[in-house]
Amino acid sequence: MTETKAKPKKTVAWVEEPQLGFWESTFVPAIMKGLKTTLKHVTDRAPVTQQYPEQKPDLPLHYRGVHRLNRDEKDRVKCVACMMCATACPANCISIEAQAAPPEWPDRDKFPKSFVLDELRCIYCGMCEEACPVDAIELTHIYDLTGETREALMFDREKLLSVYDKTKDNPRDPVRTRRGILGPAAEFASLPTLGPATVVPDSDRSAKNPTAGVIKGSLGANS
Amino acid sequence: MPEILITLLTIGVVVAAIPGVCNYLILLERKLSAWMQDRIGPNRVGPMGLFQPLADGIKLLLKEEVVPPHVDKVLYLLAPALSVFTAMMAFAVVPFGPVDDSVPSFLRFIIAPNINIGLIFIFAITSLGVYGIVLGGWASNNKYSALGAMRASAQVVSYEIPLGMSVLGLALMSGTLNLEELMHQQTQGGIMSWNIWFQPLAAIMFFTASLAEANRLPFDLAECEQELIGGWHTEYSALKWALFFLGEYTHMITISFLTSILFLGGWNMPFIAEATSNYPGVWLVKLLVLFGKAFSFICLMIMLRWTIPRFRFDQLMELAWKVMIPLSLANLVMVMFCMQFGFNRWWLFVGSLGLFAAWGVISANLREAELAARPGYVKPKKKAPAVAHGHGHAAGHH
Repeated sequence: MTETKAKPKKTVAWVEEPQLGFWESTFVPAIMKGLKTTLKHVTDRAPVTQQYPEQKPDLPLHYRGVHRLNRDEKDRVKCVACMMCATACPANCISIEAQAAPPEWPDRDKFPKSFVLDELRCIYCGMCEEACPVDAIELTHIYDLTGETREALMFDREKLLSVYDKTKDNPRDPVRTRRGILGPAAEFASLPTLGPATVVPDSDRSAKNPTAGVIKGSLGANS
Repeated sequence: MPEILITLLTIGVVVAAIPGVCNYLILLERKLSAWMQDRIGPNRVGPMGLFQPLADGIKLLLKEEVVPPHVDKVLYLLAPALSVFTAMMAFAVVPFGPVDDSVPSFLRFIIAPNINIGLIFIFAITSLGVYGIVLGGWASNNKYSALGAMRASAQVVSYEIPLGMSVLGLALMSGTLNLEELMHQQTQGGIMSWNIWFQPLAAIMFFTASLAEANRLPFDLAECEQELIGGWHTEYSALKWALFFLGEYTHMITISFLTSILFLGGWNMPFIAEATSNYPGVWLVKLLVLFGKAFSFICLMIMLRWTIPRFRFDQLMELAWKVMIPLSLANLVMVMFCMQFGFNRWWLFVGSLGLFAAWGVISANLREAELAARPGYVKPKKKAPAVAHGHGHAAGHH
């Protein structure tokens, strides 16, 4: 401490607490000013809170809620049981049992015989969605997930498909591939080098502030 | 109607009304707090949340009464009872309405009239209230409770002194300790004889010290949630916890009435409730005026809660021992001087302002000296940063 007295170093901004004058020492102006601020909030009341059950929150478009399994144009499950999502999942909440695809499905080798996703273990990181090569698993805007038992929240294939049926027409949960067919991975076409976690329209807040997970404009936009 | 019946009736009404009023004060506090924070506050139960206190009351009544196994059962159960008992007892001598001939004979707005040591009774009883806190903290057998209780006892003992001394001057000036008499003197003289004109400094100190006595923010170190969970009532739940809060809010009500009666002329209000007003139902107006004054003090307390951050413990002690005790002592000496030499009472107003100014000057200089004594202290430049060598300017200040 004594060294700094002799010569404060140039790199350090040395801030002394300001001296208190007469009025500051009496506390009175500070308290009055504080009371004025408090009173102003009471009289000019502008509540900023959202009345939740009546008023639903306006979530950003890249919100990550309950999962769904997409269907293709023939209403089959899109998933090809490649296990990429189960491998990517940091919470280890996806368990898939694969089965060989029937011969009338020439576009794939396998499909999921059972697909169980534990919504309680899931941390909603969206890595399954990123990992999926055929855009089969997607996260929706459903945030108010409740169940009476733990078993009720183990979502199986049919349940996940029903989430798709429920959300596919919602403008906030667009199917993020343009085609009903499986996706680029199934066609062995050239893959884009880097895909976004979520394709967002230009008007979305996240598009204006691009982050590592959100890349504007690639893969074509839905907006 | 016989005197005893009136007394019993008054006790009944007060004891029944105070828990209800306290309940609604909690709603008021929650609502005001919400508004100050740009929220809405409780609005689910009943219109505008007006039945929220009832719901809370029912919840607290029906909640499981947990007595932790590690507590001293007798003291643990005694503590909340003691807390409420003392708070209610203190209210007995507080006139909560006009006490004169205008009131119908079957009504009386004071439980124990004509107690000529009223003020002393209040201070004696309310300082017993700290036993509830200390016992609760000690019997809980929990370090946070014990810490809260220790803080509470230190704080209450310290603030007891300025609290008592600030009204001693008032008692000297008025020549009585009887609260009805104190109120009567002010109401007879109208607004210019309210004690706040002669004892403004004492009024501020009384209000501040009683905030500390009631453990209200910014003096709620005994139960500060961030450090001590709940302080002395950490181990309490359900109705026993509610009793502690009942005690605290009753204390608030008592303080508000006391401040209005001692310093703001009781029920006196220019034009509508003067000593000479004599229209039918004047007693009701007087009652409402006093209630209004007390209510505004309660609102002020709630506002202060969200205005001033909590003191540090050393600051709390410093305020009591280094500021308020010397100031109240000086104030007392000033009143003695004026009374002895027969000066006009208005000199007390001037004197109070002088004392206030002296305090400001002294504490500003003390603070500067304290800062200067620190190792490595570099004197900050005065307000104009353009002046390179500001020391010359600052030196002239001493």
